[in-house]
Amino acid sequence: MSDFPRWKYALVALVMLFGVIYALPNAFIPQPAVQVTANRGAAPIDASVQQKVAAALAAQHVSAGEVVVQGDHLLATFANTDVQRMGADAMKAALGDNYTVAFKLESTVPGWLRAIGARSMPLGLDLQGGVHFLMQVDQSDVLDKQENSYADDIRSLLRDKNIHYESVTRNAVRGQGIAVILRSADDRSKASDAIANAYSDLNLANGPSTGDRFVLTAVVKPDKLRSIARDTITQNLSTLRNRINALGVSEPLIQQQGENHIVVDLAGVQDPAEAKKLIGTVATLQYRPGIGQPGDPRAQEAAKTGNIPPDANLFYMRGTQVPVLVSKKIIVTGNELTNASSGVDTRNGSANVNVTLNASGAKKMLDFTTDNINKPMAVVYVETLYDTKMVNGKEVRTPKTTETVINDATIQGAFSNQFETNGLGSQKEASELALLLKGGAFAAPVDIVEERVIGPSLGKDNIDKGFNAVLLGLALVLLAAAIYYKLFGLVADIALFFNLVVLVAVMSLIGVTLTMPGIAGIVLTLGMAIDANVLICERVREELRNGSTPHAAIRAGYEKAWATILDANVTHLIAALALTTMGTGAIKGFGVTLMIGILTSLFTSVTLTHAFTALIHGHRKLKTLSV
Amino acid sequence: MEIFNHNSNIPFLGMRKYSIAIAVFLMLASIALIAVKGLNYGLDFTGGVSLVVDYAQPVQIADVRAALAKGGVAHPIVQSLGGTREVSIRLQTKDDPAALEAGGKVNLDRISSDVLAMLHAARPDATLKSRDFVSAEVGAELKSDGSVAAVFVILGIMGYLWIRFERRFAIAAVATEIHDVLVTLGILALVQREFDMTVLASVLAVIGYSINDKVVVFDRIRELFRLARKAEPEEILNRSINNTLSRTIITSLFTGITMSALFFFGGPAVHGFAVTMLIGILVGTLSSIFVASPILLWLGVSKKDLMPVTKENPELARRP
Repeated sequence: MSDFPRWKYALVALVMLFGVIYALPNAFIPQPAVQVTANRGAAPIDASVQQKVAAALAAQHVSAGEVVVQGDHLLATFANTDVQRMGADAMKAALGDNYTVAFKLESTVPGWLRAIGARSMPLGLDLQGGVHFLMQVDQSDVLDKQENSYADDIRSLLRDKNIHYESVTRNAVRGQGIAVILRSADDRSKASDAIANAYSDLNLANGPSTGDRFVLTAVVKPDKLRSIARDTITQNLSTLRNRINALGVSEPLIQQQGENHIVVDLAGVQDPAEAKKLIGTVATLQYRPGIGQPGDPRAQEAAKTGNIPPDANLFYMRGTQVPVLVSKKIIVTGNELTNASSGVDTRNGSANVNVTLNASGAKKMLDFTTDNINKPMAVVYVETLYDTKMVNGKEVRTPKTTETVINDATIQGAFSNQFETNGLGSQKEASELALLLKGGAFAAPVDIVEERVIGPSLGKDNIDKGFNAVLLGLALVLLAAAIYYKLFGLVADIALFFNLVVLVAVMSLIGVTLTMPGIAGIVLTLGMAIDANVLICERVREELRNGSTPHAAIRAGYEKAWATILDANVTHLIAALALTTMGTGAIKGFGVTLMIGILTSLFTSVTLTHAFTALIHGHRKLKTLSV
Repeated sequence: MEIFNHNSNIPFLGMRKYSIAIAVFLMLASIALIAVKGLNYGLDFTGGVSLVVDYAQPVQIADVRAALAKGGVAHPIVQSLGGTREVSIRLQTKDDPAALEAGGKVNLDRISSDVLAMLHAARPDATLKSRDFVSAEVGAELKSDGSVAAVFVILGIMGYLWIRFERRFAIAAVATEIHDVLVTLGILALVQREFDMTVLASVLAVIGYSINDKVVVFDRIRELFRLARKAEPEEILNRSINNTLSRTIITSLFTGITMSALFFFGGPAVHGFAVTMLIGILVGTLSSIFVASPILLWLGVSKKDLMPVTKENPELARRP
């Protein structure tokens, strides 16, 4: 009689069923499609848009599978990617700028499968073509801003509290904090208390005092620095998401990698130029007090002599190159901006951008504008480029910031959270600026450090080759095992096949993106999963040679092999785990696949084969074993 | 079917002087190769620009090089990607000064259109299949990440074996592991195969594979020590290797078969991976048989180190 418990049979059956169902969606090949969504302000997607699209496709002789309205978007499916491209071009031309036309791979997985959460594995860029960017976030800029604003805050705090100070200056070395110089030890302790009360994120320490100079240093706490860094990345991520959504790519992958890198994968996009323009432009707005009018004598003179007042910057007007002096003090930055939309100024018909600020920005803006009616306020547009130079054989990147004033207007009245910026060159410029602003400003400049463009034909090649390699590898091992271990080999074959099925099912369920290294991981898993069966079969053979009865040989074979299999797999798992800790996507995908593969193979190679072996041999009297 | 004589008793341990001498020689040779020839780091590590170009008709690598030289690209690395119609072209961004933007930004689109124009001047049937740009910083980061991962793997495995087996097993396994990685890297340096991200993944997987192999032998050593009444270490170790020999070789063959399938049918993207894995399987299998156990013997493994600890009742354990 078999000693294999019933519940284990049930478990094996359940796992096999689970594997088949959740691996099944991958058999449905997604269909190339084009998705149309309405931009803000455009007429919603309805039957008329559908007719328009159908007519446009017919006029261009593009044969579409079906054109349907699904909720707020329209979907047209095509037979292949070539027709898809032609279709998208025809649709773009017909619909104009009010609609976003995006490539999409429409899942053909039946509804009942989707209802239970079964879905196919998303394909990596190397398998379907697209653009990949790796961006580096430059945090130093944020720290600069933060320290500068603390310095400003401390100045106004000391003034409010009537504590006399000699100077409040930021240390020239970034991250070294702010030096407050006071005139007496008494003032210093008062200032220290006041600052500590008002700003809990600062660490205060008394510096060396000489004569009547009493130094107090305020350094931003490491905790706060970490949270600033985290917020910076988070904000940059959401900014990127917004900008890329405007680009109309379906299912873009935008995620943090490591401490200050962001990965952007845009499947199906073949021309990265447009994406790069949006991603690469590091534009922020700064609202600053203006000093005089653009081109007034003071500004002209400053431009000529280079004598710029210490509290001011000399910038030029965007486009016209007229010099203008702007205060160094920043009222509100693009970070505090929640919305921006382009429109037409009703008074003079010029293009404008309507801006909405968040609460903290609104308060600062109200404070400033109340006190400064009829004074100028400049809008500074800050763009950051990176300069790469070779210094001592090493690449050194230095940020180069270009600041232009896009607008220097007189404040007509106090305002807070809602106002408009006008004086923009054209409607197009206004809408471009609004798009960038609405996308949000980056909290810190980003810089593309890696870019990969994978053609769709290469993706198709890769997936075909990968598929062949998996099938062939599997077939060869199945054959070899069956020949070498006969019936036990066949049982191991069933297990190996189900290992592939369950592995694919688990990967699909947790949504692991399938990549070429991932496929390599699957093939390697198949090659190594058979190891457990080799161990078991060799043990069973050994037991038989030592004179055990067939049933005893099976039992002892499984028992003795188990300890070895466990040790071997745990060590292997440690190796796979290390692979998943690597930041880079490709290696991570391989490691994750390997790790899941080791776990599934532990089950299929041991429990599943044991169930089958018990089922085959359980109720019979045996003289020999086919192993 | 059986290929191996199950009663075989090949004196592997008897050859230990030679096998260890060869292993040490291989390690030193590998270190020398890595130091002198160096690994042929791919784009992922060096940074730069890589383009994959497809030709409608077969093309000679030399012609592609000539076309690029004519266009003014200084030191391109041109390689054939399996077959005669697909080539990969790698260059440093400074090789195409025209494409460096004012701000020092790399304009991949510009570089690729420049290169394609050069190729078109010679052969109009070239089409661009993919283009990559990686900055040198990212490459350097990958190198350090890879080394950290390798150290993490080795320490993790050492810790596990220390707990599950014994100190000597952990040391022997890790020493053999280092041998395997070094020799695999040495062979890669010798044949100058491109070392890219997938090859790095493969080297780390080799560690996993090879430790698997060693653990199986070690497991048998522990078992035989516990069973044997009179435990002569050399004999036990030798018997363990012989007992597991069939499994060691069959598993290597099976894994080798799948990796060969990947090599021949998986396309250029996984070529490096499969080759590295095949080298690693060979090295790992040989070291499991010839290197790991001699080290264990020298470290002085003995029966009493491996007996399960009986705490409850020593009296009971002493009874027959």
